[in-house]
Amino acid sequence: MAEPLVRMENIRKSYGRVQALVDANFHVNEREIVGLLGDNGAGKSTLIKVLSGAVPLTSGDIFIRGKKVDFRSTSDAIAHGIETIYQDSALVTQLSIARNLFLGREPIKPPRFLNRMDQEAMNVVARDLLKQVGISKNIPSTTPIGSLSGGERQAVAIARAMHFDSDLIILDEPTNNLGVAETQGVLSFVRSARDSGHSCIFIAHNIHHVFQVVDRIVVMRRGKVVADDIDPKNTNVAEVERIITGMSDEEIHDAIVQGKQSQG
Amino acid sequence: MENSSIIQRSIARPEFGPFVLLVVELAVFWGFNHDFLSPQNISNILAFTVELGLIALAMTLLMTSGEFDLSVGSLFGFSPVLMWTLFNSGLTSLEAGFVVALLVAAFIGLVNGWFVTQLKIPSFLVTLGMLLVVRGTALFVTNGFPQRTWSAEGSWLAEALVGDFFIGPFRIYMSLFWFIAAAIALGYVLTQSRTGNWIQAAGGNPNAAKARGVNVSGVKIGLFILSSIMASLAGVISSLRTSAANPNSGTGYELEVIAMVVIGGTALTGGRGTIIGTVLGILILRVMRNGIVLIGVPGLAYNIFIGAIILGMMALHSWLERRHQAGT
Repeated sequence: MAEPLVRMENIRKSYGRVQALVDANFHVNEREIVGLLGDNGAGKSTLIKVLSGAVPLTSGDIFIRGKKVDFRSTSDAIAHGIETIYQDSALVTQLSIARNLFLGREPIKPPRFLNRMDQEAMNVVARDLLKQVGISKNIPSTTPIGSLSGGERQAVAIARAMHFDSDLIILDEPTNNLGVAETQGVLSFVRSARDSGHSCIFIAHNIHHVFQVVDRIVVMRRGKVVADDIDPKNTNVAEVERIITGMSDEEIHDAIVQGKQSQG
Repeated sequence: MENSSIIQRSIARPEFGPFVLLVVELAVFWGFNHDFLSPQNISNILAFTVELGLIALAMTLLMTSGEFDLSVGSLFGFSPVLMWTLFNSGLTSLEAGFVVALLVAAFIGLVNGWFVTQLKIPSFLVTLGMLLVVRGTALFVTNGFPQRTWSAEGSWLAEALVGDFFIGPFRIYMSLFWFIAAAIALGYVLTQSRTGNWIQAAGGNPNAAKARGVNVSGVKIGLFILSSIMASLAGVISSLRTSAANPNSGTGYELEVIAMVVIGGTALTGGRGTIIGTVLGILILRVMRNGIVLIGVPGLAYNIFIGAIILGMMALHSWLERRHQAGT
């Protein structure tokens, strides 16, 4: 079996006495979209924060293509090709699409001492990228992010990760607060990212969205990965919900009945 | 069709409101008193304009990065006092005193920036504290008395900064060229350079900027230093031009400078700034100060007009902003 793109082994993370992650094992293969599911407090966010360098791990190892890495900050993770896209927090609303895409890595026109951005080059690349992620509307790349919709902002963030050759793009609740058409748009951006050779981790509360796009589902419960090889084609939403809650059919039924009785 | 969209785009620009206001202002004052546009009066307005203007240009960049600096007025007073004290006591030449004053200003800017970025104290509190420290030092060093300044005649420094000459009937000071050069340079930095992109990102969404590897603290510290140096330079220019170094000069300038910047269309909250707007804002306030005296309104009423302009322009900018957000 080929070495996965990212492998996390026996990850522990404690906040004081609270154990957020207990020996969690997780991996993402090349060109794969992984859906990461779990109830509130299951440890999804903590796992992602560890992987994106936002919080240090207490113990455990992270390997990228078999090589052990040590992330001290988000820029360490970005340098290793791991890009995390949080809704709304990744872009500067006042700046244009092109300026956001190249923020921190702006191309410079010669002579270099003038420190002058090559805005034409930025706009050309931005236009191509927007086409590539499948934005069909004709949006000029000089448009400020502030006048884009939530879905289009996600697209810009995904386009940026693709352009700068991030191997792994982590999407944290990318479909939150989006309308139906916009959600479909974001899902197709994710597919196009995979088709051009990137891997993704897709975190969403809405299991239906996850089912539509991922190759494999991983479920976390109480800080552990309890299932990591669910094929969305061979299962259904009810089954996955059962794994997420950790209850059998009867228990779920009883819980619903009890809920109804207590309401009545 | 093409034409109407050009007009629409100009109206949507943040500089449009200030531009119209300046034109209206000029027309009204000229209507009341034709001397308003006389060469002598224009020369007068320009001489005063550049000194506060230099500070406002640097403040535009600083405010775009999401910070501001209340200590500029006190530096405006302190730097010439320091320069003249060094010179009068025979410790340094005038030129060396000038360099020392700029270096001290740069250090003060560094301290401001360090407190704001490393100790995470809001710039309002840090620079308010610095205002008192610097003003207090200027008063303490001089015992509150103005410094002797009459020996600047013939110094090349004075010639380079405030030497004057006539273009036709207009009396022009060298400082006007320094102001134009600074406006072009800083306008270029803000809109064309990579640093400008970082400045706007630092003010718009510092966390996003940091995540992309932008050194947000470095950018802000640099701008605090720039702000202090420009305030210091402006103070020296003013002192050489008027042959005075009063430890109290510059009192209240910080608020007038911030008013110039926001009237021009730069956001107080950061992320968006315009040098052209600031130049218009500078002219609006200086023309107002000059014009209301010329048409016979008591000078003491000046603040009423300035306050009204600030409120009016803020309302306009917020309206334009909302229209813009709505995607029209």
